[in-house]
Amino acid sequence: MNEARILRNISYRAWHMWRRNIDVSLVTWKTNVVPPLLEPVLYILAFGVGLGAYVQKISFDGRAYDYLTFLAPGMIAVGVMFHSIFETMYGAFIRLRYQKTFDAVITTPLSAEDILAGEILSGATKGLFAGTAILLIVTLFGLASYPSSLVILPLAALAGLMFASFGLLFAATAPYIDNLNLPIFLFINPMFLFSGTFFPLDGMPAWIRLAANILPLTHLVNITRAAAFGRLHAALLWDLLYIVVLTATMAYIAIRKMKTRLIK
Amino acid sequence: MPPVITASQLRKNYGELCAVAGIDFEINRGECFGLLGPNGAGKTTTVKMLTCALPLSGGDITVEGLSVAKDPRGIKYLLGVCPQEMNLDPDFSVLKNLIVYSRYFDIPYAEAKGRAEELINRFHLHDKLDRPIEDLSGGLKKRLLMARALINKPRVLILDEPTTGLDPQSRRQIWEEVREMKKHGLTTLLTTHYIEEAELLCDRLVIIDAGKIVEQGTPRQLIEKHLEGKGSLEDVFLKLTGKHLRDE
Ligand SMILES: Nc1ncnc2c1ncn2[C@@H]1O[C@H](COP(=O)(O)OP(=O)(O)OP(=O)(O)O)[C@@H](O)[C@H]1O
Ligand SMILES: [Mg+2]
Repeated sequence: MNEARILRNISYRAWHMWRRNIDVSLVTWKTNVVPPLLEPVLYILAFGVGLGAYVQKISFDGRAYDYLTFLAPGMIAVGVMFHSIFETMYGAFIRLRYQKTFDAVITTPLSAEDILAGEILSGATKGLFAGTAILLIVTLFGLASYPSSLVILPLAALAGLMFASFGLLFAATAPYIDNLNLPIFLFINPMFLFSGTFFPLDGMPAWIRLAANILPLTHLVNITRAAAFGRLHAALLWDLLYIVVLTATMAYIAIRKMKTRLIK
Repeated sequence: MPPVITASQLRKNYGELCAVAGIDFEINRGECFGLLGPNGAGKTTTVKMLTCALPLSGGDITVEGLSVAKDPRGIKYLLGVCPQEMNLDPDFSVLKNLIVYSRYFDIPYAEAKGRAEELINRFHLHDKLDRPIEDLSGGLKKRLLMARALINKPRVLILDEPTTGLDPQSRRQIWEEVREMKKHGLTTLLTTHYIEEAELLCDRLVIIDAGKIVEQGTPRQLIEKHLEGKGSLEDVFLKLTGKHLRDE
């Protein structure tokens, strides 16, 4: 099983798998559309309005921002992460193990690679949808500046591919569904808390900053925040490069690993 | 005419266990070919290798001259597969199952809808059109699986135990369908434990046990050879595969 083979086995048919997953989301659209819209409102109320009342201005990139303004772009990034990673982590695990969906599709003209690429695409779509919904809310609260904030949309799609690939890899390595608590505890929760989402990393000890820079969410937060503040700059291309490289690597590893569970 | 399907020295190991131990068979155009054997004989494993869902450990299978190792996609366009294990999509209704499945074969929506409605009528599923899969009885699920296998107008139909767990009425209906499709020249591979079913439907069959072919021929030939023309195919089956329980 070499790289060339995995790439060559991906075709336009991946979109058939994508379409299947999107159709499922549309059947149950109320549970898929409402939470991404409502969650950020809760966050804004709890952290921005509630906690923000006790927090002084936060200085970031040489300027002072009130807490709600600082937090808003972080919520967009977090929304993209959760919605894309859970779609593949739990969704693909259930389709593989309980629903036998992949067993049915593998005897049609889709290759295992098509199926898995489709899974990553639908995970990314969920992330993009959540990111767009939260950006909309944040915009309504007057917390995003334009046109730079438009960068967030393609960025959310890219980061969605990355997190969906992580999710697929976790699904591929977990023997039982309960094992998925492990990546939540070791990877997702630390990212949620320590990626510069809730507070700037500048004040943290050097080792935490270093660790945070390994976590992919940090780089998404960096670009998203700069875009929302209207302060994009060239150094952010390093963050982008990190995300691009990690996306390609993780997608490859995840498809390769999951393929061995799909066709034994 | 060259055979539609050729398996040569087909082998599958699951770690230490040898599930299929080098079998050869050929299936001719338009015939119904039976794969018989006790539980754990290797029938489903053989079917999965043929449907490109399982890599081979050795040997080869070709369908219409295409090899499973080299052109799985080409083969999968030609096959209609009715699996032993129910894998209908629980997230969709009966009709939507057929529509979504037809998409995997690049069938345009308008055509897929027409075919789906025709199959739903043919398999008497019209009352359940909009019901979720979990509302269907076992027999209805099997019928829908069979309808799904036909949505892409396959050249070869693969039926892995299509009547297991069905009542006599539903079983007869499936048999009727298989006969009907044979009349239209569809090549069929059928696995079953119901020897009566094989006797009724199969032109030729092989009996496998522990991954090896133990006998092959037409049902009549096997009865002639082993029982001098007296008794049933079931007696031949028991004589060849023994009376002890399998896969325990
Ligand atoms: N994924 C697997 N891993 C390990 N062993 C397996 C696997 N699948 C099947 N086997 C073993 O391979 C052998 C053949 O199984 P197979 O499912 O092909 O039998 P079968 O003839 O279809 O039986 P049945 O009539 O019960 O459906 C059995 O001993 C089974 O336990
Ligand atoms: Mg079987």
